[in-house]
Amino acid sequence: MDVGFCLRSEAAGAMRTALMSAENLQLTLKAEPSQEERALTHTKRGPEETHKAGNEDLKEMLESNKESLKLEAMKRVVGLIAKGKNASELFPAVVKNVASKNIELKKLVYVYLVRYAEEQQDLALLSISTFQRALKEPNQFIRASALRVLSSIRVPIIVPIMMLAIKEAAADMSPYVRKTSAHAIQKLYSLDPDQKEQLIEVIEKLLKDKSTLVAGSVVVAFEEVCPDRIDLIHKNYRKLCNLLVDVEEWGQVVIISMLTRYARTQFTSPWKEGASFEENNEKAFYASDSEEKSERTEAEAYVMDPDHRLLLRNTKPLLQSRNTAVVMSVAQLYWHLAPRHEVNLVTKSLVRLLRSHREVQYIVLQNIATMSIQRKGMFEPYMKSFYVRSTDATHIKTLKLEILTNLANEANISTILREFQTYVKSQDKAFAAATIQAIGRCATNISEVTDTCLNGLVLLLSNRDETVVAESVVVIKKLLQTQPTQHSEIIKHMAKLFDNITVSMARASILWLMGEYCDRVPKIAPDVLRKMAKSFTAEEDIVKLQTVNLAAKLYLTNSKQTKLLTQYILNLGKYDQSYDIRDRTRFIRQLIVPNEKSGALNKYARRILLAPKPAPVLESAFKDRDRYQLGTLSHSLNSKASGYQELSDWPAVAPDQSVRNVEVVEPVQEWAPSVGKTKKLKSDDKFYSDNEEEKAEEESESSEGSSSSSSSSSGESSSESEEQSSEESDKTSSDSGKSSSGSEETSSGSDSQQKKKKKTKKAPQKKSKTAAASSDSDENGNGPVVKDSSSSDESSSGSEDDSDSDAAAAPTTQQQKKSDRKPGPKVKSEVEVSLLDLVDFSPAPTNAPKGPVVSPSLLSDLEGLSLSNTSSTMQVTAPSFGPVKTYELLHHMTGKGLSAKYHFPRQPCLHQPGMVAVQVTLSNGSDRSLEEIHVGDRSPASLNIHCFNTIERLEPEASVTVSMGIDFSDSTQAANFQLCTKEDGFSVSIQPAVGELLMPSSLSEQDFSREQGKLLGMNETSATVAMATANASSQAVKQRVLSVANVGEVPSGQDVAHR
Amino acid sequence: MLMFPSDSLITSFVYSMSALPPFKPVTSYWFRLSQNGQNELLCFPSPASPPPAAMIHSLFLINASGDIFLEKHWKSVVSRSVCDYFFEAQERASEPENVPPVIPTPHHYLISVLRHRIYFVAVIQSEVPPLFVIEFLHRVVDTFQDYFGVCTEAAIKDNVVVVYELLEEMLDNGFPLATESNILKELIKPPTILRTMVNTITGSTNVGEQLPTGQLSVVPWRRTGVKYTNNEAYFDVVEEIDAIIDKSGSTITAEIQGVIDACVKLTGMPDLTLSFMNPRLLDDVSFHPCVRFKRWEAERILSFIPPDGNFRLLSYHVSSQNLVAIPVYVKHNITFREGSSQGRFDLTLGPKQTMGKAVEAVLVSSQLPRGVLNANLNASQGTYTFDPVTKMLTWDVGKINPQKLPSLKGSMNLQAGASKPDENPTINIQLKIQQMAISGLKVNRLDMYGEKYKPFKGIKYMTKAGKFQVRT
Repeated sequence: MDVGFCLRSEAAGAMRTALMSAENLQLTLKAEPSQEERALTHTKRGPEETHKAGNEDLKEMLESNKESLKLEAMKRVVGLIAKGKNASELFPAVVKNVASKNIELKKLVYVYLVRYAEEQQDLALLSISTFQRALKEPNQFIRASALRVLSSIRVPIIVPIMMLAIKEAAADMSPYVRKTSAHAIQKLYSLDPDQKEQLIEVIEKLLKDKSTLVAGSVVVAFEEVCPDRIDLIHKNYRKLCNLLVDVEEWGQVVIISMLTRYARTQFTSPWKEGASFEENNEKAFYASDSEEKSERTEAEAYVMDPDHRLLLRNTKPLLQSRNTAVVMSVAQLYWHLAPRHEVNLVTKSLVRLLRSHREVQYIVLQNIATMSIQRKGMFEPYMKSFYVRSTDATHIKTLKLEILTNLANEANISTILREFQTYVKSQDKAFAAATIQAIGRCATNISEVTDTCLNGLVLLLSNRDETVVAESVVVIKKLLQTQPTQHSEIIKHMAKLFDNITVSMARASILWLMGEYCDRVPKIAPDVLRKMAKSFTAEEDIVKLQTVNLAAKLYLTNSKQTKLLTQYILNLGKYDQSYDIRDRTRFIRQLIVPNEKSGALNKYARRILLAPKPAPVLESAFKDRDRYQLGTLSHSLNSKASGYQELSDWPAVAPDQSVRNVEVVEPVQEWAPSVGKTKKLKSDDKFYSDNEEEKAEEESESSEGSSSSSSSSSGESSSESEEQSSEESDKTSSDSGKSSSGSEETSSGSDSQQKKKKKTKKAPQKKSKTAAASSDSDENGNGPVVKDSSSSDESSSGSEDDSDSDAAAAPTTQQQKKSDRKPGPKVKSEVEVSLLDLVDFSPAPTNAPKGPVVSPSLLSDLEGLSLSNTSSTMQVTAPSFGPVKTYELLHHMTGKGLSAKYHFPRQPCLHQPGMVAVQVTLSNGSDRSLEEIHVGDRSPASLNIHCFNTIERLEPEASVTVSMGIDFSDSTQAANFQLCTKEDGFSVSIQPAVGELLMPSSLSEQDFSREQGKLLGMNETSATVAMATANASSQAVKQRVLSVANVGEVPSGQDVAHR
Repeated sequence: MLMFPSDSLITSFVYSMSALPPFKPVTSYWFRLSQNGQNELLCFPSPASPPPAAMIHSLFLINASGDIFLEKHWKSVVSRSVCDYFFEAQERASEPENVPPVIPTPHHYLISVLRHRIYFVAVIQSEVPPLFVIEFLHRVVDTFQDYFGVCTEAAIKDNVVVVYELLEEMLDNGFPLATESNILKELIKPPTILRTMVNTITGSTNVGEQLPTGQLSVVPWRRTGVKYTNNEAYFDVVEEIDAIIDKSGSTITAEIQGVIDACVKLTGMPDLTLSFMNPRLLDDVSFHPCVRFKRWEAERILSFIPPDGNFRLLSYHVSSQNLVAIPVYVKHNITFREGSSQGRFDLTLGPKQTMGKAVEAVLVSSQLPRGVLNANLNASQGTYTFDPVTKMLTWDVGKINPQKLPSLKGSMNLQAGASKPDENPTINIQLKIQQMAISGLKVNRLDMYGEKYKPFKGIKYMTKAGKFQVRT
């Protein structure tokens, strides 16, 4: 059977070859050059006419009926294309085969079509119907490949057909086809950019796709068509993060770089202000192990957005990818997005990449070079990985050298210098020269080794190699220039070596040094000049020029000894062959030798020639590379590549994070637009919803406890906010559910911490938590927001909130406010506000900036309110009501009807100068009157409280305001005491905010900014600037800022006094 | 204060001196290009124009003599004249390896890799991570090697159609599509001698008749319906020692890199787990995508559904805390005397820490200084060659016999009158030690789940010298 088959096919084969050769013979009649040879080799570049002849041959083969002949012909055609030869005239013959049943033939025809369709548009249209038919095939692969080829045919006329096909494919059942459609989007876009809008719609649709197959491709399309439409990403952000690990590796690279850009616009900086460029080596290094721990310490100042954390967490495993591009892109993501101490995670992986191919090494080393300038600590443990091997390519060696130089510090410099010693001897002279430069840089950077380096370099002066000597002299010269005072010894030594040095560049450098520092070597310099006078005519131009320079300088400083020598040299120079030297000589002579004509200039000769010259700066060539995103082509070239997109700076205020929420409980989505609407009525919509959300969240907490929330005074939005509160809290809780363990831990950590505090404060109160919460919101939610809501956008919202309600407060408060504070610079003072928010609020639900705004006249309002005691809603509707600066001291439920609130009137205490005045408003919420209200036991015992007089009787629904004096001894420690009635005693505590401890006073701007500087380090303040701009939008806002400014300035200034 | 023109003249001269050293650090590489070239940097495409699509626009293959022998365009055609910029850079570079991997030209960027003495030059039009392109190009080379056994100009020319088909599948619109060799092999059958014969006889093709299923499955790296009569799984643990030994024989730096290469021929969808006796040795690892990362993180066990055939399961780095055993020592005495045209060359090799295993396939190579004209040496074992043009000395030692240490002794002739070379040559050593992983890494067990049959399992260890250099 087998044999028979073989025989038959052999026969067939023989037949075919016979046919082929027959054809070839036929053709040889037409065109003379050796057809067979070409047919066999396919490689020879023949003259033009043989081409045509060859193509004729192919044409006939293509038009034959035999599949195998056609295939053979197509293979040769592809061979021609591969060699870059023109095969376009075969188009008609080839295109006929587009519908062939033979898959390979078909594929080759596709290859041809894609290559030449552009040139033969009319004919290409013939094939379109085939593809259109194929798009309807049941087999997904045929559909996909049809779309692929169809979209690759760059014929503008079929744009509508392509558009249609893409839209259909984007809704295809098969993810593979959808993936292809994502690719097609880019092709269509480059063919016809006018389709952008429609294409964006398709992209938007595909971005929602949950298949890992599609994710990478659609992000590529997104990056190409509409990289600025960041809004399309919001809803898909979390999905992309979660899919990332399973996406194919090339897609991962694209998605990661897109998410890097996204994150930089959506999250606030995790880097501590001011510390961003500081080295924090040791701590940072160890921190990588105990990520969580160190994060906790930071948590007070900064809480990372859970989405931000999600991204970091999900990209981390990709550091283990075998694909170097993926590893690099994760590394750059960490570099640009992660908190400083976490960046170290990537070090190991980057070093691993150095074992890959040469080209990979090159790119990775470039990136490490940039990184190592800013963060030595990251790569120091891996220093040995950067040791140069003699087999490395020169550019690799140079990069390694660069990195070693960057890593050099006091501890490792001796090792590095020993290593450099080997390099200096390298046969690769360019590299040796680069090493000398590197030694020079080490010497300037690390003062301990400057002398060692200099001595080493001086030794190199006797090297035989010109390059090495020249480079050493130049570097020595630079080094001496940076610290000329100490090194006369070296100059002397160089003078001694001078006779042996032949490299003219080096000689010239030494002469210049002599002249420049002739006062340090007063005896040697004239002697050198004498020698030079002897050999002047034999020197090279560059040396001669320097000799003239030296002569001039010596003439000015030591004319007695050198006058004759100088004149002799100037005379020699006068008749030199080079006009440069003649010019210079003439000029110098006029300048230094006094005669009648020279006049004015002469007087200044000394100042001209011996002017102090600034030392050259030896710095890394990678210093400025960090302006480009790591891992990009632009970074590699150190110039902006076309299509490069700048990585934006962190936003000062995180944009609304809720935009990333996807399909939570239905009502939320219904609700969202109306929230937006109400916001727009007020000033800035974007942040507002944030505030709202957070406030609402608190409300939800408080509303559990205080059922009376409905009785809130705010007509307009009370019900709204209530509703919202429950929904929003849903939302946020789902958020935190998704949030990373790390941030969850920290935030909940701080959360519980805070709760604990509250508990201690209000220990006996059963509903301490709710009470605290409600009092929080009493304070319009600022501080607590920062810590309470794990998903909060940290300080930004706080301060925003602030200014918001302040603005509303402004009209009421301004007239009563004492004008003892001058409005500070707006932005700055806002910084203070947010600073204080954080400082003050971490321990207690108080609000410093609000303090001064409270005025006695408000008290009545407050009193009116105090009975309703609903707190939360009151704040939400702040615009219609004044700001409430009071703090809950005792809740009426816990207090058996007695409720107490307190605020700081910000007036000097009447009782004792060291005390802080506190006004306590007591109200009776019960139906019977309370008797003998007074202050009972206090703790800590040392606490000095000036009590109010016992209130004999407080009628139902009545309230009374009393004032107390408390000495907090300048700490924010809570003052605990008992508030007693006739029957009961309630433990309460007053927790002062820093601002409340302070005396109001005005302050110069200088002091202010000095203090601001001090405070900056403590807290995250990045939120403030953008807010200021956002606020600047309306007239009302200005008032706000003003009031905030007033507030901000004072507490900060007084910090000085108290700390 | 008066400002004299002369003042600036002198100071500027002084500064120009510092800017004049004949060798600037090579970091200014890119800008030299513009000096020689046609002011290319001045005319980059303006960013205002619509962003050019595609990541990899075109690919050119250039051989050692500078001929473009293959080109492929995924978008509109880019003229091959763009390669002139590449040739320019090539000319400037002293060695073939010194051609910069990224070259800017007025309208394009060229990113190239050099392998098997072929430059693979990708043409890029806009910003793209350079590593992305480099990694892809290397993947292309790997694929060619996988398909044709070797990746040479001849092999590529002979299989130009397969190459074209491969490239077509690997990139769509300049973005990588299918780079997994398992999938590619389903799409395009690798040419074997047998198949070529069958093809010519029957007229069948090397394009897969069946469309691949792998890309759609949950395990995209494995095709479905794999069948073997003999089910076997082999794993090679190969470790390389990278070391620099200084003059006195002390180790400056030494580290161990390892890989586990697998050849798995198992029927169906086997799920394998591989565990180590001492996984803590592994400091830094990178995996084939098939390895479940979570499992590794938690239990230090490699759990995976293997691709079919050969693949690299894992690459690792042994933590640097462990001392690296250096398997050989080198006694050397290479001297050049001042004034004489003779130099002494004396080299002896010996085993050091080999744990009783034989050191095999030892190959010593050294780039002698330029001044050396010839070398008259005597090898106690093996053969040596000296190339007077490249000055490369290679000595094929073979196996080291601890009883009779191999040595290479003799004299070198130097160019008359040439000064004594500054530096002694560096000695590069290659070697192999079978049946041992020098780090001590040991595979504990290999288990298979998901299939009923009992596979044949095998593990092999080997140690090699990676970049092993001895400075003299």
